[in-house]
Amino acid sequence: MRRIVAITTPLTLLLLIAPLLAVIPAGLTGGETLALPPEGLSLRWWKVLAEDPRWGEALLNSLLVGMGATVVSLALGVPAAIGLWLARFPGRGVVLALCALPLAVPSVTAALALYFGLAAIGLANSLAGLALAHAVLGVPFVVIAVLASLRMVDPVLLRAAAASGATRPAAYARIVIPLASPGIAAGGLFAFAASFDELMVAIFVTAPGAFTLPRQMYAGIREQLSPAIFAAATFVTVLAITLMWTAETLARRRVRGA
Amino acid sequence: MNDRRTAFVLITPLMAALALAFLLPLGLTLWRAVANPEFRDAMPRAAHLLRAWDGTGLPPEPVFAALATELPGAQAAQTLGAVTRRLNEERSGMRSLLLATARAAPGMEAPYAAGFATLDPAWADPATWRFLRRAASPMTAAWLLRAVDLAQDDAGRVIAAEALFRPMLLRTLSIAATVTLICLLLGYPLAWHLTRMRPEHARIVRALILVPFWSSILVRSAAWIALLQRDGAVNAALVGSGLLDAPAQLLFTRGAVLLAMVQVLLPFMVLPLAAVMGRIEPRLMLAATGLGAGPVALFLRVFLPLSLPGVAAGCAIVFTVAAGFYVTPALIGGARDQMVGSFVVFFTNQTINWGMAAALSALLLALVGLVALLSRNALRRIAA
Repeated sequence: MRRIVAITTPLTLLLLIAPLLAVIPAGLTGGETLALPPEGLSLRWWKVLAEDPRWGEALLNSLLVGMGATVVSLALGVPAAIGLWLARFPGRGVVLALCALPLAVPSVTAALALYFGLAAIGLANSLAGLALAHAVLGVPFVVIAVLASLRMVDPVLLRAAAASGATRPAAYARIVIPLASPGIAAGGLFAFAASFDELMVAIFVTAPGAFTLPRQMYAGIREQLSPAIFAAATFVTVLAITLMWTAETLARRRVRGA
Repeated sequence: MNDRRTAFVLITPLMAALALAFLLPLGLTLWRAVANPEFRDAMPRAAHLLRAWDGTGLPPEPVFAALATELPGAQAAQTLGAVTRRLNEERSGMRSLLLATARAAPGMEAPYAAGFATLDPAWADPATWRFLRRAASPMTAAWLLRAVDLAQDDAGRVIAAEALFRPMLLRTLSIAATVTLICLLLGYPLAWHLTRMRPEHARIVRALILVPFWSSILVRSAAWIALLQRDGAVNAALVGSGLLDAPAQLLFTRGAVLLAMVQVLLPFMVLPLAAVMGRIEPRLMLAATGLGAGPVALFLRVFLPLSLPGVAAGCAIVFTVAAGFYVTPALIGGARDQMVGSFVVFFTNQTINWGMAAALSALLLALVGLVALLSRNALRRIAA
């Protein structure tokens, strides 16, 4: 086993990392077309990206949708996670399963259902509708992250606070929320990153002019694969990895903090 | 008790939101797979009379009369287009028949049965009427049957139809199963190695697994185009090292789709496997060695059985996610590598046949539900 994995592990890791290694140089080529290895290094395609209004608009749309989705997922997910932490009750498992359901259903099925839902309320071709759909897909991350950050905290603390004269709102504001804050931050980042990357619902939902960044990239790849798409891909990837890295670090901090 | 009430108040908004924004739409999808509103909405009276008719021979005169008034009415209200599109999907010729009749009906007089038959002999054929009687029903099995290459004949019997979706469904299953198997073969040794490394190495390997996991599937699919295209890096390396004489067609092949999907899904296999393997008590292995187990017996009779829950969990997750893949096959696969997701997108965005999209989507959901159920049973059996 030891000898086998000494060979397979590096190869498997190379397979995992190869696409990311390809993206960065492909966006930095000085040539006219997509080439790997690149034909000289230049920022010309990054310049194309910065000057094309479609990409700027797509970035703005993605940020708006991502922030909307994050706010809604946090507003619904944080109280629910605190409620799940507070008490064991019959049906708690069902509640947890329902929270995770949007991620357990195949993405095409979930996206189609969300699209039908938005069409039924007349939001099928709007950024607000897309943000709402992304909030549904982001909520599981918030619930899981907040619940994890409170795992080591005993709800009996609330009774101690009450005995010391704290009102219930004060106990939540000064004890529960601060203890859960790494989880809240991590969950929010996870939800934002999930929305920022989401393509499936965006394929159904957005009309031209309301493209998000992944939707614009997808359209670009299907039309004509220019190196500018790889510059955009580099940007999206660096942002996603930074967000997720921060979220992971925050999520891990609770173990030491609590 | 007080805590429970607070918990209830805190959880309810999310539950209500998920019920409204996700469960209800999911139900709507399932409903759309069997819903049949077009005919009834456009021509309610004709639909009602057709449903009341017993289906033998030709329908009575009032049915003809209702159609004669409601067909031109539906055309004026612009609801006839949806009906003809819907009916033509199932039986070609219905579109022209209904449009011609809608145009001619205002000039007809009672008895309408004779006028209809002179206009087009199809109206004297009981099969046409039996078809319309089914089209007037509030629910239809047409989409679900079509999704597995079946149809209903004029008498409503289920018959075989053109082979269209079954090969695609089998391909979806075969691609998902192959990807799951490759992920297991690559992921098992990697997870084993990961749990056995020095912590500082494990941290690096974990990062190498997580960083691709965090980047978008779309970006990685695009990267494979750059790597696999005719003058791409992989072809250059293969030709440069003398393994190939000339660049090969790598892109838009099944191999490319499998490679790219394995790259995306490998972390879904490695992470649960590593979690389970990390919890295996090392002293059990020591005890087995002390009792004389060789390395092969140690692996087959101690380590492998203890790691099976991780195998089941990893395989179930990878299979489920793989079966619902759309972006990767669409971008780097050929026409013969498209999976269920491509057809759902096609019917939703291109032909706007939401019934067919919903039926395929429901089928995929049922399939994944079955896998989840089976793997849950397997997990329980292992735990017992």
